[in-house]
Amino acid sequence: MSILVIAEHDNSSLKAETLKTVGAAQKIGGDITLLVTGFNCQNVVDAASKVNGVSKVLVADNAVYEHQLAENVSLLVTELAADYEHILATALTTGKNFMPRVAALLDVAQISDIIDVESSDTFVRPIYAGNAIATVQSLDSKKVITVRTTGFDAVATDGNAEIVNLDTVKDAGISSHVSDELTVSARPDLGAASVVISGGRGMQNGDNFKLLDGIADKLGAAIGASRAAVDAGFVPNDMQVGQTGKIVAPDLYIAVGISGAIQHLAGMKDSKVIVAINKDPEAPIFQVADYGIVADLFDALPELESKL
Amino acid sequence: MKVLVPIKRVIDYNVKVRVKPDHSDVDLANTKMAINPFCEIAVEEAVRLKEAGIATEIIAISIGNKSCQEQLRTALALGADRAIQIETDESLDALNIAKLLQKVVDEEQPQLVILGKQSIDSDNNQTGQMLAALTGMPQGTFASVVKIEGEKVNVTREVDGGLQTVALNLPAIVTTDLRLNEPRYASLPNIMKAKRKPLVVRPAADFGIDLTARTKLLKVTPPAERQAGIVVESIDELVEKLKNEAKVIS
Repeated sequence: MSILVIAEHDNSSLKAETLKTVGAAQKIGGDITLLVTGFNCQNVVDAASKVNGVSKVLVADNAVYEHQLAENVSLLVTELAADYEHILATALTTGKNFMPRVAALLDVAQISDIIDVESSDTFVRPIYAGNAIATVQSLDSKKVITVRTTGFDAVATDGNAEIVNLDTVKDAGISSHVSDELTVSARPDLGAASVVISGGRGMQNGDNFKLLDGIADKLGAAIGASRAAVDAGFVPNDMQVGQTGKIVAPDLYIAVGISGAIQHLAGMKDSKVIVAINKDPEAPIFQVADYGIVADLFDALPELESKL
Repeated sequence: MKVLVPIKRVIDYNVKVRVKPDHSDVDLANTKMAINPFCEIAVEEAVRLKEAGIATEIIAISIGNKSCQEQLRTALALGADRAIQIETDESLDALNIAKLLQKVVDEEQPQLVILGKQSIDSDNNQTGQMLAALTGMPQGTFASVVKIEGEKVNVTREVDGGLQTVALNLPAIVTTDLRLNEPRYASLPNIMKAKRKPLVVRPAADFGIDLTARTKLLKVTPPAERQAGIVVESIDELVEKLKNEAKVIS
């Protein structure tokens, strides 16, 4: 069997999540090819060629792929798909955007957000905000799959794959990129951080999120948020952890002033250790927290920072 | 312009689902159902486009058994002009849903189709993208701002690193994120008026599409339960536990 994995990157670096998607591909078993689509992305190609378990790196480096527009990328992937039984992408916003388009062009179903592989056609995925786990068999000849990276281990990066440049350029000509407004942060990426500290509505305003900075600095943590905190405008939406935001599974997740709604738990309940800081002893977050402290966060946070 | 809004009837977002004892599926008997929250945002966006004088007609559509008429009536009460129910008792894969929607797009020729980015039951996040592929339209997924500018629509999308704005040729597909708008409530007079708005029922079989399932649900199980934790009395105790018991900080 042969598997095509589409690399997740920002034209300058290969995202760590790709290593986990390749981990999922190894669990399926077969010859793995990594596809890099982008523009001026030589660093990404170099990194991709070192990913273990990958035999070949296909490179489509062209301005039409710079922003990974779904209309263009899906045409390229659909054409390449003829040679592969499985096509995998990471279930981040880029993969979620173009993969269903690929599936429809190939006239096959897509299996979204798999967390485990049972066999080459049977996969495990969460449904209902993670409150049920479905085992699904694909009846199509080709399997188009997005991978939830929290379910798989990253592969190592001491491989040496062959690099093959593609000269096909697919431009659908129906969409164009206008602008980006990216959040700049020196902290680790939410999806890849081993420690995450998140604030909720209890933070009361955006300024109070600064109370999390010192703790995050000491723990090397990423800072997340609940939907309530994002909707209230405390922090930008790309910090949202939950069913419809980012899914994280760090070693340590500290929930501050977060009640623990179903939709938030869906994004973090696979964390190894969960700590809850909340003044309401009845908050549902305490039902999943390994360690809880019933306290006013405005007292608890400065004290925690001083004692780390 | 004409706007098509596909909506889905799902379990209410506040309900904690139960898995059936035989692990065949989740148990939806006697649970509260509602319009999928992302679809509600899609309806609201269409209504705002109409209020802004851009949209001229809003068609709500749902695929399912008779009970989804309830959600179509909700959409009509919120401001949709007419509704279509594609009747089927089967639970269809996203691709088959997209194929049925494609037929309706071919018939109605909307300039914009607005869908939710995902349904909170299957959590697939596929239908809008698949419909875009089948109709050959561009897609603006996970939208937090939608602006019609002449022959194009500018969509600001919620992406991993922040926001990205793309320009799409019309006709186009947009899928909504939570930040797009805050849906209104339907007023009682509007709910009464909605009962008289046209709702057409069309059997799925009439569309001549092979709706054979592409996936097979083998089993559904409850997720692993987390062990109940402990409540500590002080920050000192918390730090000590994290260092020495959980060993997650040093």
